[in-house]
Amino acid sequence: MKAENVSKRYLTPVILILLLALLIALPWFTRPYMVVLLKTILMFTILSLSWALFSGTTGYTSLATAAFYGVGLYTAAKLGNVLPVPLMVLCGGLFSFILAAAIGAITLRLKGIYFAIFTLSTVELIKNVMHWYEINVAGVRGHRILHVSDATVFYYLLGITVLLLLVTYLIKRSKYGLALSSIGSCEEAAAHIGVNVITLKVFTFALSSFFVGLAGAIMATSINYIDAYIAFDLNYSFFPTLMAIFGGMGNLFGPVIGAVVFSYLREILITRFPYAYMFIFGLVMVLTILYLPNGLVGLYQTIRLKLKQANNKKEKTLGGKHASTSS
Amino acid sequence: MQVLQVEGLTKNFGGLRAVDGVDLTVESGEILGLIGPNGAGKTTLFNLISGTIKPSAGKVTFLGENIFGLKPYTICRKGLVRTFQSCKIFPELTVFQNVILGAFFGTSEKKSWEQAALQTREILEFVGLAHLSDVPAANLTLLDQKQVEVARALATQPKLLMLDEMMAGLNPAEVEAAMTLVQKIRDQGITIIMIEHVMKAIMNICGRIVVLDHGKKVAEGSPKEISTNKKVIEIYLGE
Repeated sequence: MKAENVSKRYLTPVILILLLALLIALPWFTRPYMVVLLKTILMFTILSLSWALFSGTTGYTSLATAAFYGVGLYTAAKLGNVLPVPLMVLCGGLFSFILAAAIGAITLRLKGIYFAIFTLSTVELIKNVMHWYEINVAGVRGHRILHVSDATVFYYLLGITVLLLLVTYLIKRSKYGLALSSIGSCEEAAAHIGVNVITLKVFTFALSSFFVGLAGAIMATSINYIDAYIAFDLNYSFFPTLMAIFGGMGNLFGPVIGAVVFSYLREILITRFPYAYMFIFGLVMVLTILYLPNGLVGLYQTIRLKLKQANNKKEKTLGGKHASTSS
Repeated sequence: MQVLQVEGLTKNFGGLRAVDGVDLTVESGEILGLIGPNGAGKTTLFNLISGTIKPSAGKVTFLGENIFGLKPYTICRKGLVRTFQSCKIFPELTVFQNVILGAFFGTSEKKSWEQAALQTREILEFVGLAHLSDVPAANLTLLDQKQVEVARALATQPKLLMLDEMMAGLNPAEVEAAMTLVQKIRDQGITIIMIEHVMKAIMNICGRIVVLDHGKKVAEGSPKEISTNKKVIEIYLGE
């Protein structure tokens, strides 16, 4: 029994380390296209994990992910030729952190739908102000960004993903993770038992946005050209939200699974059905929300529970028969 | 010794004065009952004292310290904690998680996970919920849920506990159990203010009763005095 427990405890970390090793080795022996695809998948994994870190736990639906991603992209555009790449990426994260802290301090008093709408408007506001500024004041339209090789970008993204997973895991099992769930559960009660709800919300929001900014800054180097409309594209707000819901937020890996399946699906749909892809995409989402409220992870847990119950029942009836024959 | 001192506490909601110049003192170790008809301003008074909403005017002194207009989490960490009329537990979390949150965040001292867990287990034992420790709070009966809320409040190590209609919705046997618990808490040295409509509970366990009507304090005294007070009878029975 004990040995079984120990092996179970080490199973997940061992699988994760093997998976990580495989991913690290991948660029050495796959087609270049595979690395490009994995870059997109990792980028969306980071975005949906960040989204779930704040919105999944507290219940505050943020649609500002695109703003923080855009800040990352613009950081690369402005500082890419000035700073070395690691420093530039770090700046992308820091700028996003600062912006999120400012937005959070203003808006996190808002509840429910008002918060969602405000964050959505923030993306539009930043996009349009940026657009206006570039055309009317700076007199430029768009920026060219320095190029970094696909494999390097891939390793950066992999590193950010691992770091984010680790941070999420540590927060989830700390008292702050518990406090975040208590905010999602009943914020008023949380405040009255001593949780500093505003500081906790603003900090977590900023922290989750930090990772989005990192991802944006390094992903920018794969795009030759950006302007405000490309950088602050609302799809970067909607996709991570949908992916996290699709994967399920009850588990650390839910958003990861959601992002992987979803990005892959998106890639296939875009290449096979370029005109119907948004339609099929929407259909999958509607079905998920209707029939899988807890996402793919929730579905897996339900099936496992059902199997376990069926097994228990079987054992019980067998045991019952045995008892009756012996008496 | 006075634990809480409230002077001229007032709250205006637009043109409505929900709480109107209320004075109140709470002595250490007592159980103070707060009664009055619906809409008298009892819960609003709780909200003002505990920081749920900001008062318009007045003074609130807790253990000699001004707590007027402070944030709820600060007030809680100073040792004043309240429960809610409509039970506000964290339904998705287990009983243990509900209570340990109070232990972690309700005081200013830093605690290790072991210290907080030990304290949580003691409190669950004290209120009689130890056997339900790992059950999601949503699956409990109303009495147990209310006890979780009280346990969570106790985990913040309060000096003053404010209970908002703890007995509401309980059957007679459950009311007995809740009354016993309230007295047990007082015996631990924790001062209690309770809003209650269940007269039996009020009359039996409160040493002193304050009556509110239309946001004003209209009477104050021992249960016996209150039950024979003409004004109170008028309010409750009409003229």
